[in-house]
Order: sequence, then structure tokens, then C-alpha cells
Amino acid sequence: MTTAAPTTERSAAQDVILRFEDVHKAFGAQRVLRGLSFDVQRGKVLGIMGGSGTGKSVALRHVIGLLQPDSGRVEVEGRNVPDLSGHDLSELRKRMGYVFQEGALINWLTVEENLALPLVENTELGRGEIADRVAEKLAMVHIPDAGKKLPSEISGGMKKRVGLARALIVEPDILLYDEPNAGLDPEISRSINELMREIAESHESTALVVEHRVDCIRTVCDEVVFLHEGEAIVHQPTEEFLRPSHPRLIEFLGPDALN
Amino acid sequence: MIPAPQALIVPVMTPPAHLLAAPPGWLADALPFAFAAGLAYVLLQAAWFRATVVEMGSILELAGATAMRLHHLPRRSRWLMEQLFAAGVRNMHVVLLVGLFMGMIVSLQTGIELSRFGQQDQIGTIVAASMTREMGPFITSVVLAATTGSALAAELGTMSVSDELSALEVMSVDRVSFLVVPRVAALMIIAPVLTVLCDTIGIVGGGFVASSQLGVPLAQYTETALDALQEKGALIPVPMDVYSGLFKSVIFGGLIAIISCASGLVARGGALGVGRATSRAVRDSIIAVIVANYFLTWFLYR
Repeated sequence: MTTAAPTTERSAAQDVILRFEDVHKAFGAQRVLRGLSFDVQRGKVLGIMGGSGTGKSVALRHVIGLLQPDSGRVEVEGRNVPDLSGHDLSELRKRMGYVFQEGALINWLTVEENLALPLVENTELGRGEIADRVAEKLAMVHIPDAGKKLPSEISGGMKKRVGLARALIVEPDILLYDEPNAGLDPEISRSINELMREIAESHESTALVVEHRVDCIRTVCDEVVFLHEGEAIVHQPTEEFLRPSHPRLIEFLGPDALN
Repeated sequence: MIPAPQALIVPVMTPPAHLLAAPPGWLADALPFAFAAGLAYVLLQAAWFRATVVEMGSILELAGATAMRLHHLPRRSRWLMEQLFAAGVRNMHVVLLVGLFMGMIVSLQTGIELSRFGQQDQIGTIVAASMTREMGPFITSVVLAATTGSALAAELGTMSVSDELSALEVMSVDRVSFLVVPRVAALMIIAPVLTVLCDTIGIVGGGFVASSQLGVPLAQYTETALDALQEKGALIPVPMDVYSGLFKSVIFGGLIAIISCASGLVARGGALGVGRATSRAVRDSIIAVIVANYFLTWFLYR
């Protein structure tokens, strides 16, 4: 069994892009993260798995500065995210893409406008160039004709794709997925997983995928961290992870998932 | 005479001289401050008071942030136009209806009283002055708070609970510039426009009641109403009642927009949180308008 590795030892020889170091976070009396430590190598897709309420999404939100840890460090390229100034955090965010659980599309903008928003707000690109890039990303997520629709006019699966396209529009170095398969049927879920794998291979970007579906982890992730009570108790390559030896992980995955 | 036992003689204790003396001047001066500090401490222990202070702080912070970004308005012209339409055109019929009946009520109430003294020919003066000074801006603001203010809070509150605000944040989109600036500007522009309509329809409604129910000739009502609006202000040489009312309505529009946006932006906890944000926005907007109205009246008419 390979439990969560001591990150400081591991990272020295590897190209670590993202690191959690003894991160604690509580909401009132509820302690969600209790000393979370792990790191992610550049270009890898890391899955974060765990039961409900173990702090998976909370951990993800720390990476992009939506939440601040009570203690510990959340480093991106060696810089502690909570210590960044507003300007530096904004610059860092421009190099990241975040796919929200429900898409989080701005409901009064069309799909095209949703995709174009970060470019319109943060770049000097012209209208034509933005339109080209929007069309390219919509084609990449296999919904080239959805541009003129409002979010309320498209299905849940399409919203996920639009959310993914919006995250990709800035050509991010780091992609963060918050339960990309939540609420989707198995068929759409498979197509989303394949899309995520395609993106990982074609963009060579680093990704963190919060997920509790084994099929997604198997298809998309290179490594997996398993959280239990706010700590990373297992950190292994996906193949090893899916042949679990840790009793809590065996209990979580169940006998069916291991086949 | 038997002398009293020594033990029964109780010595009379006199307080030390420094305690009998009047308190030093600095102590007397400090007492009000000490009292105020004590009162502030007690109030700060009350959760509701702390929450109110925090809420007011966030409103002031948002107002400051909005003011700093007003120069972004040309970039937000599309959203500004949409908000102007939503706040102006969609509420116009409500303002006109309420303004009409308010003018009729003022005319009827004052007309009945003035008739007792044979002074009903002054109805036009009273209706015009009360509509332009107070009723027009206030009624328009209440309508805006109930309709546009609640809609703003619900819209931003829904964005907050559905992670749309977080999405803006992770895309490095300035949400004050993107969401708040066009909404605040729209209400500050549309409130005086609606106030003019409200004033006008109210004065017309008052004239209708005066002529049809109180026996005041329409020409006389019109003349007295227009005369009442001629008085020029000391600061600006335009009709005082009109510009003071319009100035108030600009302030009221800004207050309603800022309070409603602040309420929506901090909404948490799903549909329940959005509902609470909406009702809080309307309640706080109306309170703010009433309080601000007093101070503005004091400032403009002192």
C-alpha cells in the first residue's frame, strides 16, 4: 500500500506544479480539511476521490483562491496562493480553467457570450479572433451549433460541455474539474470522460479532477488521491489505485468497482 | 451620670478629603466618552447589531468600489440599456398609476380641509409642491425598491447560490464593474425620469379631483400649481421644488441599487437565501430612502 507520500521528499526531484502542504480548513465547528498534503506533477491528471463531505471540492477551491486555508500552504508553481496580491491572483487565474459542477454559466448570456467573456474582459483580442476561438472550442466539445442558445435552452450535459469549453477558452495551464459527471447519465458521462482525456492529451495541461465515479477516474486520471476525513490517505497511480489494499479504500470502492 | 462604655462609642467616620472634593475637570469631560464606549461595547455584544454594522460596512464598501469603477460605464453600455429598459419601461405603468392616485388623494384630502376655510383655490399650490418635493420622489423610489430592487437582489442572489459569481471570479472578471456599475447607473438615471412622470401625472390627477369634486376651475388649479413651481432655488436658479425632488430621486435610485446589489451578492443557501436577500433588499432600501429623505430635506430646505 502506498499512502499519501510525504510531499516535500517527493517534490524535490520532480516538476511539481501544485502542492498542498498540511492544509486545514474549517467552517464553524465543522473541520473539513485536517492536514491535507499532496502534490501534482506538471502535465499529469490527478483525480481526487473520497466520500461526500471529505473536502474534495473545498480542496479544489483553495487552488484557485476561492477559499483561504486556516493554516498550511497551497502552492501553485512554488507560490503560496493565499499570499498572492489581488493582481497576482487575477493573473494566476487567467492561466487556469475551472469547470463547475453545474456549469455555472451566466444565465442571461448566450453560450457564445459565455465563452467569449474571459477573452472580452481580459485580453485585447479583436471580435473576429474571439469569434474564431469560440467556434473552435465549441467544435472541440462537439456542440458547434449551440452558440446562439441561452443556458436555459440546453441540457445538463451540454451545459457541462459549455462549461468545459469556457474553461478551455483561455488555453489554461491548469484545469480544475469539480465533479464533471455529476447528474449525467452513463452515456453522456462516458463522452465527457473521453473529452477530458482528449483535452489532457492534446493540451498537455495539468488537471485536477474531483470525482467519485470509478469509470471517470479510470479513463481520465494518471494518479489518484483518496481523501478520508480531510486527509489524503492514499496517493497512487491509477492502475494501483484501482487494485486497492487500504481497507478504507476497499470499503469505499466496493467489490464491483474492482473488476 | 454613668459614663458610656468605651466600646459603645462609635467613632464618626469622615470620608477622606479627596473623595469629597468635586471630580477633576478631565474626569467630567471623559464621562460622556466613557458612557458612549460602554454603550458601544454593549451594543456590539448583540448579534443583530454586529450583523447590521457588518451589512452597512459591506454596502459602503460596495458603494465605494462602484464609484471607483463608474468610468467603466461606456464598456457596459449594452447592460446599461437593458437595465434602463427593465427599470424604466417595465415599471412606468406602475409609477403612473400610483402617482395618479397619490395626486388625487392629496388633492381630495387637502381640498376638503381647505374648503372649510374657503381656501380651496390653493389646492393646486399644495398638490404641486407636495408631489414635486416629496411624493413624486418617494413614491417612485418605493415602486423601484419593490420591483427593480427586489429583482436585482433575486438575480444576483441566484447567481451567487448557483456559483455564477464564483465563475466570474475565477475568470478574473470584475463583478462590481460587470454587474453592479450598469445597474446602479441605470437606477440613478431612470429614477428622476420616472419621478418627473410621477409628479406630472400626480398634478394632473389632483387637478381632475379639484375640478370635478371640489369645484375649483381647472384654469385656476393649473395657474396656482404652475405658480408654486416657479420659486427659484438659492443655489441653482431653477424651480426649487422640482430640482430638489429630482436630486433626491437620483440619490434614492443609487441607494436602492447599491443596497439591492449588496444584498444579492452575499446571498447564501439556495432558494431560501435568495428569498431572504430579496426581502432584505426591499426592507433596507425603503428604510434607507426614508432616512435619506429626512436628511436631504433638511439639507435642501434649511
